[in-house]
Amino acid sequence: MIRFALTLATLLAALPAWAEVRIQQVTSPGGITAWLVEEHSIPFTALEIGFQGGTSLDAPGKRGAIYLMTALLEEGAADRDARAFAREVEGLAASFGYEASDDSVDISARFLTENRDQAVDLLRSSIHQPRFDQDAVDRVRAQVLSGLASDLKDPRDIGARAFEAMAFGDHPYGSDGKGTIESVTALTRDDILAAHRGVFARDRMFVSAVGDITPEELGRLADELLGDLPATGAPLPPKADVTIAGGVTVIPFDTPQSVAVFGQKGIDRDDPDFFAAYVFNQILGAGGFESRLMTEVREKRGLTYGVYSYLAPKDLASVYMGSVASGNATMAEAVKVIREEWQKLADKGVTEKELADAKTYLTGAYPLRFDSNAHIAEILAGMQMQRLPPDYITNRNDYVNAVTLDDANRVARELLDPSNLHFNVVGRPDGLETTAGN
Amino acid sequence: MRRIFTPLAALLLLAAPVLADEAVTTFTLDNGMMVVVVEDHRAPVVQQMVWYRAGSADEPVGESGVAHFLEHLLFKGTDTMAPGELSATVAANGGNDNAFTSYDYTAYFQRVAADRLGLMMKMESDRMVNLRLSEPDIVTERNVILEERNQRTDNDPRALFGEQMNAVQYLNHRYGTPVIGWRHEMEELSLEDALSFYHTYYAPNNAILVVSGDVQPGDVKALAEQYYGPLPANPDLPPRYRTQEPPQTAARRLTFKDARVAQPYVSRSYLAPERNPGEQQQAAALTLLAELLGGGTTSFLTEKLQFDTQTAVYSGAFYSGTSLDKTTFDLLVVPAPGVSLQQAEDAMDEALAAFLEKGVDAGMLDRIKMQLRAAQIYERDAVSSIGNRYGRALAVGLTVEDVQNWPDVLQAVTADDIMAAARAVFRPESSVTGWLMRGTEDTQ
Repeated sequence: MIRFALTLATLLAALPAWAEVRIQQVTSPGGITAWLVEEHSIPFTALEIGFQGGTSLDAPGKRGAIYLMTALLEEGAADRDARAFAREVEGLAASFGYEASDDSVDISARFLTENRDQAVDLLRSSIHQPRFDQDAVDRVRAQVLSGLASDLKDPRDIGARAFEAMAFGDHPYGSDGKGTIESVTALTRDDILAAHRGVFARDRMFVSAVGDITPEELGRLADELLGDLPATGAPLPPKADVTIAGGVTVIPFDTPQSVAVFGQKGIDRDDPDFFAAYVFNQILGAGGFESRLMTEVREKRGLTYGVYSYLAPKDLASVYMGSVASGNATMAEAVKVIREEWQKLADKGVTEKELADAKTYLTGAYPLRFDSNAHIAEILAGMQMQRLPPDYITNRNDYVNAVTLDDANRVARELLDPSNLHFNVVGRPDGLETTAGN
Repeated sequence: MRRIFTPLAALLLLAAPVLADEAVTTFTLDNGMMVVVVEDHRAPVVQQMVWYRAGSADEPVGESGVAHFLEHLLFKGTDTMAPGELSATVAANGGNDNAFTSYDYTAYFQRVAADRLGLMMKMESDRMVNLRLSEPDIVTERNVILEERNQRTDNDPRALFGEQMNAVQYLNHRYGTPVIGWRHEMEELSLEDALSFYHTYYAPNNAILVVSGDVQPGDVKALAEQYYGPLPANPDLPPRYRTQEPPQTAARRLTFKDARVAQPYVSRSYLAPERNPGEQQQAAALTLLAELLGGGTTSFLTEKLQFDTQTAVYSGAFYSGTSLDKTTFDLLVVPAPGVSLQQAEDAMDEALAAFLEKGVDAGMLDRIKMQLRAAQIYERDAVSSIGNRYGRALAVGLTVEDVQNWPDVLQAVTADDIMAAARAVFRPESSVTGWLMRGTEDTQ
C-alpha cells in the first residue's frame, strides 16, 4: 500500500511539463545579436545583458575595482547625480540591477512598455556615462568595506575564502572579487574608470530579452543601448590550476556551530562526461531531502539542518564543492559521514533506481525554471555565455536521459576523489584537527 | 531633471489591461476550507500551498518552537505514506516541495507540472489528518531543528540581537518569542507536544488552499472537493485569542555585545498597528511612511544620514502590516567609520524630528504610488507571489475583499494620513532602541 502511490507517480512522470520557449535570434541593424522570447501578455520587458570576464578582469593590485565600479553604475550618470538618477528610475517604475561575479558583470533590467524609451535612455547613460563622482565612490566604498569587515567574522565566508585561496592560489579565483579591506581602501577614481573600460566591450557581450517587445524594437534598442561600446575589453586571465590536497584545515573561530566548506577538483561544463557527473551529484548531494548526504547526515543522524554538494564549473576552472554546518560537538561525525558517502559512491556507484529517480526529477524540474520573463531572460543570457545553442533547451533533457548507469558509475569512479577531498572547517569542532601537510 | 515622465506614465498605467487580481478566483468548501486559485497559463506549471492559521504565536506557553517542529514532522509519514515519501514522490514527478512557519501561520507547498495537481492534493490532504509519528522521529528531528537554530540564530549575532529586541518589544504578546523557539524549550519538545498542536489546529476549517499556475478554477474545485472535501471540520477549533499588549509606558533600551560583531549598528522598533479586516488605512499609511523614510536612495533618512552628512553607511525603515496582532515599525542605522552609536542614534532622532517638521515630499509620494501601480503589472510575471499574498493575508484573518482593496487603499493615502500615522507610531514609550556592539566596545 505504502509503495503504491510512488510507483504510480513514477509511471506518470514520463511526460514532463513543457512550455515551448520560442527563441528568436535577433541581429540588430548595427550587428548586435540578441536572443528574444516574445511574450506580449504582460506590458513589460525583462532585459538581461552579460559581459563575460567579471571580477576576474581586475588589474593586478586592484582587487575589488570591478565590483566597486559595478556598484557605482546606479550612483549617477550623465547630468544626473545619484539621487536624481534614482528618482528618475522610480518615476518610471523601472528597475535596473548591476551585479559583478567571478565570470561576468550582469545587468538585469525591467521596464514597462509604456515608458520603454525613457527607461532605455536612463539605462544607457548608466552604462556609457557613469559619473563615478568622488563622493559616490567614497560612500559606496564605505558600504563595501563594511561588508568586507562583516565577512571576516562570518564562518561561512571565512570558510569559502579559505577554500578559494587553497584551490586557486594566485589566480583571481583565489581571492574575493569584492577585494580586501586594504585593496578597496587604496582604489582611486582612475582605477574605477579603468575597470569600466575593461569590462564594457562588445566582444564578449550577451543580450537577451523576454516580454512585450518585437524583434525590430529589440534590434533598435540594442543598437541604442550598446552600439557605441568599444569593440574589445581587457584580456581574460588564463585558466586556473586547481590544486587541492585531501585533508582537513581547522580555522579556529568562537561560535557554537562549525561550518565546513569542502571540495575537490571538478569537471568542465563542456566535458562530454559533464551530464553523467551532474546526474550522480543529484543523487549524492544536490537533491532536496532525497540526496544521500541529506539522508545520512540529516534524516538519519540529525547532525545538520542542511548539507549539499554541487558542481561549480567556472569559465577558467572547475571545482566540486559542498557545505555543511553542524554543532561543534558533532561536526567531526558529519565530516566522517560525508567522506564515507564520497568513498561509497566512488567505489560502488549508484543504483538503477537512484539513476531513474534522479533523471525523472532533473527532467521534470528543468521546465519549472522557465516560469517568468525575468528567469527566462537570465537563463538565455547564461546559455549564450556558455556558448550553448538555442535548441539546447529542447535537447537538454535528452542529454540527461542519455546518461547510462555505466556512464554515471564510471564518471563517479573517475571524478570522485576521496583522498583529495579537503574540508575547511571554521569553528571549534571537537575531535577535528588540521591534518599534516597543509 | 525631467519631471514630466512621472505624471505621463501614471496616466498611461491607469489604462493598463488585466490587473493581477482579475486572474484570481476564490471559494470555500463545505467543510470550511478556503480556496484561492490564481491563473497563469503561460507555462504548464502549478504551485499548491496549504496555509494553516496556526503559527508560533499560537503555541502553548513553555513549548516555544512546537509549530515549527511540527512543520518538520509533517514530512515524516502517514498511515499510507512512509517517512519522506511525500517529498520523494514530488521529486519523482520533477517537482520541489518545502514548508515554512511564522508567527501567525504555517504553510506547505509543492511546485510541479500542472497535471500532477491531483496527486499533490491527495498527499497534502492525507497529512492534514493522518500523520503518524514515532519516538525516533522526534529525537532525530529535534536535533535537526536545534541545528537549524544554530545556523539561523546562534551563529549570527545580528539574529541574536534581533531576538532580544523582539523579546523586549512585546511585554505580554507571543510575538516576543522567536518562531524557531528558545533553545531550552526546544530541547524538551515531545511527541505529545507536537501531536497536541497538530490535533488542535490542523483541520480543513483552519486551512487555506492556494493554487497558482496553469489551472482552471473549475478543475481545482473538483479536485479540492475530491481530496479535501471529505475531511471533517474540527468543531473544537479554538478561537485565536492571544494575550495582548498592555499599554506600553516606558521606552526601553538594550545593548548586545558579541565578539563576532564586525559592524555595529543602532536598531529602533516601535509597536505599530497592523492591517485589520475592513480597516487597512493606517497600515497603508505606515507602508508608505516606511518607503518615504527609508525605502532607498531617495528616502529621507538616506538623504539626511548618507548624503547631507556622512553619518551612516546604510539606513533603512521597515514595516509590514500583514499580521494578526500588533506589529512593529523598524528603523536601522549603520554608522560610518568614526561615528559612534550614540552619534548615529542622535542623528536618526534628529532626522525623524526633521521629517515630522517638514512633512511629505509630494514628488516622492507620487513616485512611490507609481511603483505600487506598476507592481501589479510586474506581479503577473510571478503568480506564485500573488498566491503568497492571498495566503498570508487570509491566514492572518483578512478577507479576500481586503486583499483586493489593498492596492486602492494604498493609492488613496494622502500626505496628511502619512503624517498622522507617523505621529501616532513614533511614541518613545512604545519603542525599543538597541545597540549591536563589538565584544570589546565600551557603551560610550
